[in-house]
Amino acid sequence: MNQIIMNTAQQPLVDIVTETYQTSGLPLLEDPKMRVRNANVFYGAKQAIFDVNLDIGKNQVISMIGPSGCGKSTFLRCLNRMNDTIDICRVEGELLLEDQDIYDKKIDVVELRARVGMVFQKPNPFPKSIYENVAYGARIHGLTDNKVQLDELVEVSLIRCGLWNEVKDRLDEPATGLSGGQQQRLCIARAIAVNPEVILMDEPCSALDPIATATVEELIHELSENFTICIVTHSMQQAARVSQRTAYFHLGKLIEVNDTSQVFTNPEHQLTEEYITGRIG
Amino acid sequence: MTNQSKTDNKSSLDAVFQDRAILAEKRAAALKKRNRAEKRFQWAGRISIAFGIACVLFLFTDIISKGVGAFTQTYVEMEITFDQERLGLTPQSSEKEIKAASFGSFFKRQLREKYPEITGRKEKRELYALFTSDMPLILRDMVIADPSILGTTQSISMIADDDFDTYYKHSYGRDLAEEDKITRLSEMQEGIVDSLAKSGAVTKKFNTILFSNSDSREPELAGIKGAIVGSILTLLVTLVLSFPIAVATAIYLEEFAPKNKITDFIEVNINNLAAVPSVIFGLLGLAIFINFFGLPRSVPLVGGFVLTLMTLPTIIISSRAAIKAVPPSIREAALGMGASKMQTVLHHVLPLAMPGMLTGTIIGMAQALGETAPLLMIGMVAFIVDTPAGITDPATVLPVQIFLWSDSPERAFVEKTSAAIMVLLTFLICMNSFAVWLRKRLERRW
Repeated sequence: MNQIIMNTAQQPLVDIVTETYQTSGLPLLEDPKMRVRNANVFYGAKQAIFDVNLDIGKNQVISMIGPSGCGKSTFLRCLNRMNDTIDICRVEGELLLEDQDIYDKKIDVVELRARVGMVFQKPNPFPKSIYENVAYGARIHGLTDNKVQLDELVEVSLIRCGLWNEVKDRLDEPATGLSGGQQQRLCIARAIAVNPEVILMDEPCSALDPIATATVEELIHELSENFTICIVTHSMQQAARVSQRTAYFHLGKLIEVNDTSQVFTNPEHQLTEEYITGRIG
Repeated sequence: MTNQSKTDNKSSLDAVFQDRAILAEKRAAALKKRNRAEKRFQWAGRISIAFGIACVLFLFTDIISKGVGAFTQTYVEMEITFDQERLGLTPQSSEKEIKAASFGSFFKRQLREKYPEITGRKEKRELYALFTSDMPLILRDMVIADPSILGTTQSISMIADDDFDTYYKHSYGRDLAEEDKITRLSEMQEGIVDSLAKSGAVTKKFNTILFSNSDSREPELAGIKGAIVGSILTLLVTLVLSFPIAVATAIYLEEFAPKNKITDFIEVNINNLAAVPSVIFGLLGLAIFINFFGLPRSVPLVGGFVLTLMTLPTIIISSRAAIKAVPPSIREAALGMGASKMQTVLHHVLPLAMPGMLTGTIIGMAQALGETAPLLMIGMVAFIVDTPAGITDPATVLPVQIFLWSDSPERAFVEKTSAAIMVLLTFLICMNSFAVWLRKRLERRW
């Protein structure tokens, strides 16, 4: 691959040797939802994320793009400490959710994940009923006082995800019987049922067909009115369709962040341009 | 290799590869060879399976043909007159008086009167020996149960002695050469049996004694009830202890324990323990539970402890495998929802792993049910006539009962041994089928 890049660009593109680098574009915002400063992530001795500085805006969709293995998923999983489950993973730097350090010892990770929900690449509903899937978060966090409220919460969450009409007659059936797209929307319904402030989505459409993808993208668009959404995607078209801001990662470094239209029409950094024009990736 | 020869090789290879006909020939030859190898492999498999089935069939026919006789027992219908004067009893007699009455001599006298022609001491003893030695006690219990039979004549099914039983089942009415006869009866006894049989007084009935009595020195009175109850009690203790301990261990090691040298060491040791001969667990139990803690010998409690030690590794290993098989995406989903580690395990991992854990447990229990050696070590090999009423009563278990009986010379005990094996195998097959059924039933797809 290196060979090809060299040939087309006539010069080495990747300036990975230098320790310090400057993120192009506008990584910082006024009054953001989440603030990331000098984030470094290590898997054992191997560093996966280098000095990332990024603000995530309130009720905005920010998409993270970049070639495979660039650390965008790792970065996403830092935002609700899902990396805690990996023993050798170590996170340094300052990650703030509304001025609160999420890696503070005093922060309970359970509380954090109730505020920062997550949707995964592969739809992963619990092998329980559709109803139980949506109700689970409310149950463990004790959000509802009685069965009537819980029923209402399940209904509202499913309606918001456009799934209600498809499943209202079979809430007691196993969620694993739904189609892939329905399962993924169920997972989103499950995530929004606890009313988080931020939703992280790790390639939510990569296992779905184009029609299901379109439905989920529309859903993301609607949800951005009330939620802050970070989405990792391999599809630049998807990033262009759903997000207001786009962050481009390359080999663990945040190369460029800007308004989505800016990134795709007028990238500042050469690497970004190479990627969006299809020469890296 | 020189450069020259390299190019030579290459060019000859090129020549071959350019001719498609030669390639096709080579492929055909290779294909033939492959097909032959496949056939050979299939036949090897078929022969192995046939051998396995033949062995199982042989085992089953042998056991069944030997043991089927033990499921019937020979009885002799005989009129007994409960003479009030001879017994010195009246229908108003108290239980104590009945118990004090001499039913032994009463019974012998009844027999002597049936066969007035038998006079010699030895012959008389042989006559009594045709019936089980417990017959007077059985008559006494009948009177205790219903004193109104005193003074009446009752037709009673008398339990034949094991020698009578064996002779009647295997040699009576068959034209056998003297050396082929399976009998320990004297000629006079055989004559009595033959005449009784001809008169139609001898009947074979389903042997309820086998299931309602415990061990006895008399084969015709020996049963497996005590051993079955002992086995059930021992297994209960084993299950109650080993399942929770093993599941807790498996969950901790899989989900919570840090991955380091210590956990590696523990894992290696658990795997090794699964391969330790069971008799060693028996020695350990003897040293710890009996000698150190001073628990009684021969009791299901200690037997259960020892079998727990033995089955723990089996259940831990299968439980860990079941937990490992739960897809990580389910754990991520739960954690991502803000479930704590404990909630993730209890709400999601455990229900999904349960079928595998239960299967492992049942297999472990089946293994424990068939275990003999460690129980010999802690004294469960004792001759115990009473059915155990609790986990601290002396008891024996089915495989040990089989071991004990297989040591007895009487033909009837040989039959009983096979019968007990059949009962044990039935239990094992039931447990294993239950495990298979449970796995099919609880298996969930995701």
